[in-house]
Amino acid sequence: MINNAEMNIEKKKEGEALLKIKDLSLSFSQYVSGLRQTELKVISNLSMEAYSGEILAVVGSSGSGKSLLAHAILGILPSNAKLFGKMEYNGLELTQERKEELRGKEIALIPQSVTYLDPLMRISDQAIGSVEKKDEGSMKKLQRKIFRKYDLEPDVDRMFPHELSGGMARRVLVSTALMNSSKLIIADEPTPGLDEKNLNGTMSHFRDMANKGCAVILITHDIEAALKISDKIAIFYAGTILEEANIEDFKNDGENLRHPYTRALWNALPQNKFQAIKGHQPMQDEIIDGCFFYERCSRRNELCSKGTPQLKKINEGLVRCNNAS
Amino acid sequence: MHLKGENLSFGYKKDHFILKDVDISLYSGEVLGLIGDSGSGKSTLCKILSGYENNYSGTVSLDGNKIPSGIYNPVQLIFQHPEKAVNPKWKMEAILNEGHVVSQDILDSFGIKKNWLNRWPNELSGGELQRFALARALGLETKFLIADEITTMVDAITQAQIWESILNMVEELNIGVLVVSHDKNLINKLCHDVLYLSDINTVNY
Repeated sequence: MINNAEMNIEKKKEGEALLKIKDLSLSFSQYVSGLRQTELKVISNLSMEAYSGEILAVVGSSGSGKSLLAHAILGILPSNAKLFGKMEYNGLELTQERKEELRGKEIALIPQSVTYLDPLMRISDQAIGSVEKKDEGSMKKLQRKIFRKYDLEPDVDRMFPHELSGGMARRVLVSTALMNSSKLIIADEPTPGLDEKNLNGTMSHFRDMANKGCAVILITHDIEAALKISDKIAIFYAGTILEEANIEDFKNDGENLRHPYTRALWNALPQNKFQAIKGHQPMQDEIIDGCFFYERCSRRNELCSKGTPQLKKINEGLVRCNNAS
Repeated sequence: MHLKGENLSFGYKKDHFILKDVDISLYSGEVLGLIGDSGSGKSTLCKILSGYENNYSGTVSLDGNKIPSGIYNPVQLIFQHPEKAVNPKWKMEAILNEGHVVSQDILDSFGIKKNWLNRWPNELSGGELQRFALARALGLETKFLIADEITTMVDAITQAQIWESILNMVEELNIGVLVVSHDKNLINKLCHDVLYLSDINTVNY
């Protein structure tokens, strides 16, 4: 294994984002009836930056297209997807060819669902992946070491995925990403189904990875877990990022938060007010002219129904809201 | 009514128990929390209580009687992943009304919109599907609801919406609820009492 820290001292440029995404839009063409096709827009005008040594949490509800963002970065979208916008990795444009070259090596994905495991393959073999004969021994040792770190006992190595509990399978998925020395780690919902001990453990491993110089993008709906370890939180809603806030902004009644949706999300947490606002996130096939949060917003005005609000920088954070100040 | 599980033991392999002599008791109108490490058998316990698992030892009883199989089970289980609990080849309306016709009142209280009924399951989000799963499970004969991590996959606002609806319904229909979750804050907010299921299955109140 190449030493993580060494590699990063060499490559890391101060102040420069490792991954830059600008105005990313993603749509799918779908057959509706017969040969009639429509475009389904799932991500629109999304901008974000991930820095080495930092954890950026992308928080949003399930089904809002967060996973597709991860798949877009890795270049594993289905063939009917259309991607627009700009992506840069380490200063160079991230093309499909480059994605294919980097993924699994410099860019690693921790997938969301335990169904990403091969049901007919023993756990340790999947974690190691395909390696040359001469490396098998050392990889096996490394795999054992990482598994031990996650409380996965030696008998787990020989098990098949159906023998694992939800939490164990989750830990196996996290372990597989650690097998290679990656620089950008995208974790897609790594926490559901983990108990508190394992949750804290997994989270602290992400923190370790960031401290070693990795850029970590943590895609999650669990804002509370994200708050514990992240540096910045991007609030994902209906296919775009409404706000990028710093951790310190999340306190009291959320008066430091810039977007009304972020504030509502904060106040809906059980440890805060457990207060639900009405309404639903717009569906992907609904065509919306104005702000995506218009229908549910308490501070909306006429301007909000016309055109997407511009991204503004307020108090060291970013927000897409006309009324934010 | 009183749902009671006594000396429940379960294992996939001989002499390797996931649950061992677990006792659990739940009354109508009660909201009981269940916390445990992953792999401690929470989901298995839920399945046993709601009649999905037969190969266990011990007894599950409702007011002292065995729960009959083959008819509507008064103990209804809601799963963590609603997308796995619906038929992907049916539209939502058929899924919703498979067992019985769900009343408009229940649809309203879960905020299920009319145009959702015409959609396929993959056209709805997890939170929306979970509302369907709940509406479908709250039939007239339902006396107990076993909620196995049902809002783990949704955002905080949807979580608050769903639980607000459930708590209202539960009070109205006098249903007992078992809330399984890893989220201590959620359990504290919702439940009257909490039960801890540890690896060796000692149950503490």
